[in-house]
Amino acid sequence: MSEAVLAITFAGPLVTVQDSGRRGNLRFGVSASGPMDRLSFDAANAALGNPAGHPAIEVSAGGLMLHCKRGVVSLGIAGGVFVVEYAGRRVADWTVLTLHEGERLAVRAGASGSWAYIAIAGDVVASDWLGSLATHSTSGFGGKILRTGQEISVQGAMVRDNRAGDIARPDFQNNDPFRVVLGPQEHQFADGSAETLLGGGYRVSEAYDRMGMRLSGPVMALDGALSIPSEPVLRGAIQVSGEGVPTVLLADHQTTGGYPKIATVISCDLDRLVQCRAGEEVAFAAVSAEEAVAIVRDHATARAAYLEEVGEVSGTLEERLMRENLIHGCINLD
Amino acid sequence: MTPSFKAVADSALLVNFADEISDTAHESVLALDAALAQDIPEGALEVVPALVNLMVIFDPVVTNHVAVEVAVKTLLAGLKPQPSSGVLRHVQVCYDGPHGRDLEAVAKQTGLSTDAVIAAHLAGDYKVLMYGFTPGCAYLSGIPEAARIPRKPAAVRDIPAGSVIIAGQQCIVTTLTMPTGWSIIGRSPTPILTGDDARPFLFDVGDTVAFERIDLAAYEVAARKVGHV
Repeated sequence: MSEAVLAITFAGPLVTVQDSGRRGNLRFGVSASGPMDRLSFDAANAALGNPAGHPAIEVSAGGLMLHCKRGVVSLGIAGGVFVVEYAGRRVADWTVLTLHEGERLAVRAGASGSWAYIAIAGDVVASDWLGSLATHSTSGFGGKILRTGQEISVQGAMVRDNRAGDIARPDFQNNDPFRVVLGPQEHQFADGSAETLLGGGYRVSEAYDRMGMRLSGPVMALDGALSIPSEPVLRGAIQVSGEGVPTVLLADHQTTGGYPKIATVISCDLDRLVQCRAGEEVAFAAVSAEEAVAIVRDHATARAAYLEEVGEVSGTLEERLMRENLIHGCINLD
Repeated sequence: MTPSFKAVADSALLVNFADEISDTAHESVLALDAALAQDIPEGALEVVPALVNLMVIFDPVVTNHVAVEVAVKTLLAGLKPQPSSGVLRHVQVCYDGPHGRDLEAVAKQTGLSTDAVIAAHLAGDYKVLMYGFTPGCAYLSGIPEAARIPRKPAAVRDIPAGSVIIAGQQCIVTTLTMPTGWSIIGRSPTPILTGDDARPFLFDVGDTVAFERIDLAAYEVAARKVGHV
């Protein structure tokens, strides 16, 4: 088995190893974790030819810089609009490339987006907890939080040059307001609170991590009790604290909580929401639970078709270079 | 109890037995949870029990709120919730030395001696109500009336894993270093996160818990095994 060793010359906060998540343990207080943007994570793996859910690196807007100390490994990169520098030059940010010994890779925040994924053709060494390599960021259980000065060991590192090149971005996502189903506690808020949430004026605040995204904007008044008996919480829930400030709960959320929830973002819109940055405006639109299921089913069909397309091997390196030559006129082959 | 049902986004159904905490509401939660474990509706992925309600999380591509609600109602029709004590789990606790750092303050607040606080804690009738807050953090109810105290006004940071903390009628054995506003009355070397893949968490919701006192020397020996320092 060949090993590749990647030295972390710089890692921003919250750069972690994630697989598709740790399911089935919410009843024991363990949220699923896994990628914040599940679609980009899946696209990076599919384009690289990995099985779905293969452990990858989640890069925050803080960025990540790697230096390949030993070995060679192909990587698939997807996520927000990031800046990717590879072997001394800027390349497309949604791309499959091969990092050779001595080469450097930098993935850092670009025009927009909060998270990027580096899928790996090989097995990243991280700690397995409850059958998953997903990092639960607040406890540090499972996976690995990557820090400057550490090394990443990739076991069974492979080269997949036949997959090298740009990854098509999904075209089935839109910029519409994020869809929510009201509740489960919308009745515990003062009249007009749902209208307040849906009326706009909310922005992502600086308090945004893998647990949740606090919003700034109009406050919502609670009608009566400030808290309810602690109840199970779903990823996407918009809980409202005593000050009337909404927070969207995300991948590493607490599994139960006593703050009332005014609404819950539907699952397929979370990938888009998490890519928003502090200061960006976010708007919500209400749909019924029945509509939500129909939307999610349509989305799942489009998503599966997209991932299948992204996952197709588009040819040998030579064939791909030939095609790019035909399209772009010429490229530098040095 | 007849619950109400509430759709949560596209992929969960909240089954709510009551708006206020009560033994009967929790018994209903436990009974439905047990029934769902035996006969999980098609497309359901996870069941999360809490104090007065329970959430069924499902794959919306496979099923929907209506189908899950119908399945839950069918199960409820044949259900007779009754007090159950689950399995009795034993948890060791050392109240001595630095481990019982808030015992004096609790004694002062309750008007008991520290020995009486310890005796009250040991005499409690504990039940696992639910998990939450952090991985493996189980909320136990059952602190006797005489030893109940409110939360501190401000949280104290870096309280180590294994701390036995109390507030109101609830008690938690912590599983990682964290801040808490609860009072720290002892330290347990009993792993709640067992490290056993077949049974990774010591308690199931609904289990009964008995605390057993150990002295400092016994704590040191046991704690070394689980890596508490």
